[in-house]
Amino acid sequence: MSEPATKTMNMIEAINSALDVMLAKDPEVVIMGEDVGYFGGVFRATAGLQAKHGKTRVFDTPISECGIIGVGVGMAAYGLRPVPEIQFADYIYPGLDQLVSEAARLRYRSANDFICPMTVRSPFGGGIFGGQTHSQSPESLFTHVCGIKTVIPATPYDAKGLLIAAIEDNDPVVFFEPKRIYNGPFTGYYDRPVEPWSKHDGSAVPQGYYRIDLGKAAVVREGAAVTVLTYGTMVHVVKAVVAEIGIDAEIIDLRTLLPLDIETIEASVQKTGRCMVVHEATRTSGFGAELAAQVQERCFYHLEAPVARVTGFDTPYPHSLEWAYFPGPVRLARAFDKIMKD
Amino acid sequence: MVQSTKDNLAPLHLHIPEPKFRPGDVADFSDIIVPPVDAHPRPDEHVLPADIHPLAYGLVRVLGDDHAATGSWNPGLDVATLQVMLRRMLLLRAFDDRMFRAQRQGKTSFYMKSFGEEATSVATTMALHFDDMCFPSYRQQGILITRDYPLVDMMNQIYSNRGDRLKGRQLPIMYSAKAYGFFSISGNLTTQYPQAVGWAMASASRGDTRISAVWCGDGSTAEGDFHNALTFAAVYNAPVIFQVVNNQWAISSFSGFAGSERTTFAARAIGYGIAGLRVDGNDALAVYAAMQWAANRARNNGGPTLIEYFTYRGEGHSTSDDPGAYRAAEEYALWPLGDPVTRLKDHLITIGAWSDAQHDALIVELSEYVKAIQKEAEQNGILGHGLHHPFETMFEDVFEEMPWHLKEQCAQMLEEQEDKFGPDWEAR
Repeated sequence: MSEPATKTMNMIEAINSALDVMLAKDPEVVIMGEDVGYFGGVFRATAGLQAKHGKTRVFDTPISECGIIGVGVGMAAYGLRPVPEIQFADYIYPGLDQLVSEAARLRYRSANDFICPMTVRSPFGGGIFGGQTHSQSPESLFTHVCGIKTVIPATPYDAKGLLIAAIEDNDPVVFFEPKRIYNGPFTGYYDRPVEPWSKHDGSAVPQGYYRIDLGKAAVVREGAAVTVLTYGTMVHVVKAVVAEIGIDAEIIDLRTLLPLDIETIEASVQKTGRCMVVHEATRTSGFGAELAAQVQERCFYHLEAPVARVTGFDTPYPHSLEWAYFPGPVRLARAFDKIMKD
Repeated sequence: MVQSTKDNLAPLHLHIPEPKFRPGDVADFSDIIVPPVDAHPRPDEHVLPADIHPLAYGLVRVLGDDHAATGSWNPGLDVATLQVMLRRMLLLRAFDDRMFRAQRQGKTSFYMKSFGEEATSVATTMALHFDDMCFPSYRQQGILITRDYPLVDMMNQIYSNRGDRLKGRQLPIMYSAKAYGFFSISGNLTTQYPQAVGWAMASASRGDTRISAVWCGDGSTAEGDFHNALTFAAVYNAPVIFQVVNNQWAISSFSGFAGSERTTFAARAIGYGIAGLRVDGNDALAVYAAMQWAANRARNNGGPTLIEYFTYRGEGHSTSDDPGAYRAAEEYALWPLGDPVTRLKDHLITIGAWSDAQHDALIVELSEYVKAIQKEAEQNGILGHGLHHPFETMFEDVFEEMPWHLKEQCAQMLEEQEDKFGPDWEAR
């Protein structure tokens, strides 16, 4: 089989391509959500898919996140492979009972009698002046639940390969898409123009089927001074700040938060002796707390400084003070400065 | 045991709703039944819900095609009140136009107009008492305008500037005004529905006289909270008025995705055993009359009412979408129930209490008025240009008292601002 041709895609186009490929490959895949049908989604992730694959494969739903996810569990019980979209991660909460009590435990409580191969896609994260109901990063709510996999891509290439792997996975997956980088890798320097994905390596995307296995991190920059564990939009912010201040950091894009690629993390921290965890989500009980605990348990005798956390603050996402909230270049530079002096 | 056999069964078919018209089509609304005024006369407010089921499928109307106000639902408002109603609807329209334009000029991040639905927030609020509690969705700015909330405060909120009473925290139009009986807008859908029931239950449990009113859209009736609310209201006979502004569209999804292919939204009331009214939402007098009926009923311990306002979203969902991408052009112009402002104006002209010249002059006057207030608001700043509440306010009001970790984070954030902007950072 010849290598499929690649095309330059932004993250929306890559997600659209993953959904298109899976709709064609697997007749059990169905896509549903608010505005995903004729309109193609408020972020255009499903544009053209209903026209191509038909109304019973790609369809609009009532505005009921509980209903969308609950219906997904039922479709999965029948044998379908539902890929519902929740329009914003901030809207996912009415669906929590169906995700947490049902989808996540179905395999366990039925002893494999029923499974839930459902992938819930949802745009998440801030930096778009979306206020407190269009900016949240709730990933740690899901990593805390036993039985859900949590995936967050940082490039178009990864988004497609990870989404295909998520859809093929036989367990429920929450697939959070960092909407701030849908169109280009935002660096956190909000007063500078955002480069389009076409100028970035991660935008060369094979047009056909390929997968990136869940549970595998990517070392996006090798370095010796400090390991940075991050994901989503913050991968690009960290890369930009590291380049700006000239520090030899090793940057790991986790890509899958759960199950976590602990081997890659351990090897890197044991090499560098320093570890910084970076996420946009609020700090307390965030996924960084789990990462810091894992690193401390496994790499304590290699550490030359306390594990640092760089995060959003423990407030709802503010509208006008968004850039004072966002863990941007200043917060990162101060943290790098401190961890290298410790 | 004999299992049922599977012989000769027809294959099942999944129904996916589809609107009748999409871009490129010319809308034809001739199938919408517009009954004559008083097709279902106004019942006594103490009526049993089971005795008024036809009202949940009909259409309460007062203003006829001849622009006269007739029938048993006619609230009989005096000329001065009608003129105030028209003025408020026009002021709302002028405000919406101005703020929509401000968003397009980059002065803020977001805006939502209520064009075509003005009666459902203005006329309804006029039929309530000032101290009744409103639980709005995001498209009822007309409540604030009707209750004379300062426009400059609405604009300050939209600009998230240093004058914003909500300290720049909320997305534009997500107002909060307790002193004006206006509950804080969430941004998540229909969460206000059970809250309005809770407020009404509290009022009833304290022997108060105040009632609550709550609004949501047709699409939002699909949320579980809509049904939670109706269950609780029915169980406790709560003094609450449920309103569904059926403007036909939830972003790109037509009302069929909330169940309108099968029944009306007002008819949701029937299953819960509460009163249901379906009303011409572009007939400001019918809207007023329905709200007045439901308010009287609630005040007399008659319990909840569900009112559906049948109307049309004249423009996009918000500044973030282009309706030309998902619905037929000119739908609003073809809407069989007309425009609420035009219909009220035509009525006033018909009764000799208004003229086209007065109307045009009022539009100009209100436009100038809104423009002047906009200038005043912009002196407090526009989004992203520095004039915002002090940075440390970000950490206030998470709790009544700030815990240690927020104090630490606040100190860290202030140091960051100094790193970022230099010694003069406080001026930013």
